[in-house]
Amino acid sequence: MLKILKYSFFDLIRSRWSYIYFAFYLTLGVVLLFLNNDLSKAVITLMNVIIVLVPLIGTIFGVMYYYNSKEFTELLLAQPLKRTTIFLGQYLGVAISLSMSLVLGLGIPFIFYGLFKSNAIWDFSLLLITGVFLTFIFSALAFNMALSNENKIKGFGYSILVWLFLAIIYDGIFLMSLILFEDYPLDKLSLIGTMLNPIDLSRTLILLKLDISALLGYTGAVFKQFFGTHFGLIVSITMLTIWVILPVFRIIYKSAKKDF
Amino acid sequence: MQFSVTHRFIIYSLLTILTGYTQTILAQPIIVCKDCQTTSLKKAIALAKDYDTILVKKGTYKEYKIEINKPLTIIGENYPVIDGELKGEIITIVSDHVVVDGLFIINVGTSYTEDFAAIRVKRSKDFEIKNLVLEKLFFGIYLEKAANGKVYHNKVIGDAITEHNSGNAIQLWYCKNIIIENNIVQHARDGIYLEFSDNCIIKNNISTNNLRYGLHFMFSNNDTYENNVFSNNGAGVAVMFSKKIKMFSNTFRNNWGTASYGLLLKEINDAEIKGNIFEENTIGINIEGSNRIDYVKNNFINNGWAIKVRGACYTNKFIGNNFLYNSFDISYNSNINDNVFDKNYWSNYTGYDLDKNGIGDVPYRPVKLFSYIVNRTPETIILLRSLFIDIIDFSEKVSPVFTPDNLLDNNPLIKKIVW
Repeated sequence: MLKILKYSFFDLIRSRWSYIYFAFYLTLGVVLLFLNNDLSKAVITLMNVIIVLVPLIGTIFGVMYYYNSKEFTELLLAQPLKRTTIFLGQYLGVAISLSMSLVLGLGIPFIFYGLFKSNAIWDFSLLLITGVFLTFIFSALAFNMALSNENKIKGFGYSILVWLFLAIIYDGIFLMSLILFEDYPLDKLSLIGTMLNPIDLSRTLILLKLDISALLGYTGAVFKQFFGTHFGLIVSITMLTIWVILPVFRIIYKSAKKDF
Repeated sequence: MQFSVTHRFIIYSLLTILTGYTQTILAQPIIVCKDCQTTSLKKAIALAKDYDTILVKKGTYKEYKIEINKPLTIIGENYPVIDGELKGEIITIVSDHVVVDGLFIINVGTSYTEDFAAIRVKRSKDFEIKNLVLEKLFFGIYLEKAANGKVYHNKVIGDAITEHNSGNAIQLWYCKNIIIENNIVQHARDGIYLEFSDNCIIKNNISTNNLRYGLHFMFSNNDTYENNVFSNNGAGVAVMFSKKIKMFSNTFRNNWGTASYGLLLKEINDAEIKGNIFEENTIGINIEGSNRIDYVKNNFINNGWAIKVRGACYTNKFIGNNFLYNSFDISYNSNINDNVFDKNYWSNYTGYDLDKNGIGDVPYRPVKLFSYIVNRTPETIILLRSLFIDIIDFSEKVSPVFTPDNLLDNNPLIKKIVW
């Protein structure tokens, strides 16, 4: 598995898109930090980018990579190798190379900015951790979609739909249900609703760390009580991990059964 | 008019007699110091005649319950310390025409049945309290049914931790015509508190880090406060159940927290709010049941909500204000609007100005759909900064359905207003 991971990883590292992705984050980081001297605002803008863009790029990259390397995969399948190793290796190759672009792209300007000396280091590490989680989650989802659909267009369509659902439509449904049940106590519902969606969960985790959390008022206080504790943090990290593990299991399951 | 020579002579001689008389009094103040004849302030007061001056030299005087019952001028030299040893009230003024100047008063006792103060003025007129430093206090300066006085250039530093067992730095109760100027008040429950006090002027004070409010009005009318700075308080200023309050050129800064605001207006009528700066407050102004108020030329910068209208607010005017980078400009909880918004500058305005007259050609809608939703169901705030929210805000802006459709600024300015 490691060998395949290595091949996929280096294959992607050499590709133009990783560099573009890396360069994008690098410029974003530099522009935000050095042209805007408010660190907390920079973190907010980065958060907006991360919770929307990282999942989208993870999805597109995952699907693209799967379909593009299909012939190579078929070649590998002819070798005496376990299917699990092949697909997991490819998946990890994509996810790790994307995460690396993200972490390095944002990390380098932050290090030059002297982040290790500032208090925002925790906000920023949380930002990167959630970014990495989102990359892993969404490229796994993309691999799932691609594995289930021979048709490229369909595969692409479904993965984009998954992104669209989690990034936008979910919030719409969430909002509607909150308004619909406004006569009832909503603390638990809103907590559960946030926990179930990795994008919402990441957004809330980051927002609660920032000054802006004061705007959240009473609800924010309830959330802070939950997320502020070690228990809450562990639960949220576990939730994100589950979001990674479930699609990965489906990759293993699906790839074992699939006809090529 | 021409005075005759004799007239002039009489006037001059009268003047010399008068000035000579006062000089003889002023020339011999009663001196209080550790090695003098009078070693305590209490004794000095007992010795003094009306309109005498008492000079307190540097040192520590362990005294409390000092009653000033005749018109005196008490001056501290190099800030002598009056230590109440936490036993109770320290100075009580019960006479008219008293001046207290330059003392350092510490250790006022705490009581749950009596409001002990470092210095209290009781039913007196024409007093002056200036250059005092008060520390470790329960109540600081307490004016009770007093009138025509001046509280000038004092520094009151409390150590309030909880609201129920702390007092206010400067408190006015049934007072009239008081001037409170150039004071610094910190770490008390309320910085300055006015109850049933009319025609007072509060000017150039700095009120910071107070537990509850920087400045608090209750049932007080015709008061003015200007050029004050209120920062890091539980809430900046609360004006409640009062009429005709003028609020000019104050700064409300950093009142940041889940239940904080810069200015709270509750049941206020006919007030004027002009030239103030509201910066980085969770809520800039929180308005409830307030009518006929003019908001003119204020700056709202980086607040969570610049203005939150809670209801029952009619015929208010918002003219010529700057709304800069607030998360929400205006929040409304109903879709009926009777207030006027005109000629403001909104940093969120995205319209254009084809005829170049400095006024945007498209009206601006200050109420976002999201702020409307949050008002209805506060829990939805958890979706703050979600992409979905941006989308619905945009669609509401294009065609308003939920927000009051007559709530708009028909003449939004293109450039920030500079005064």
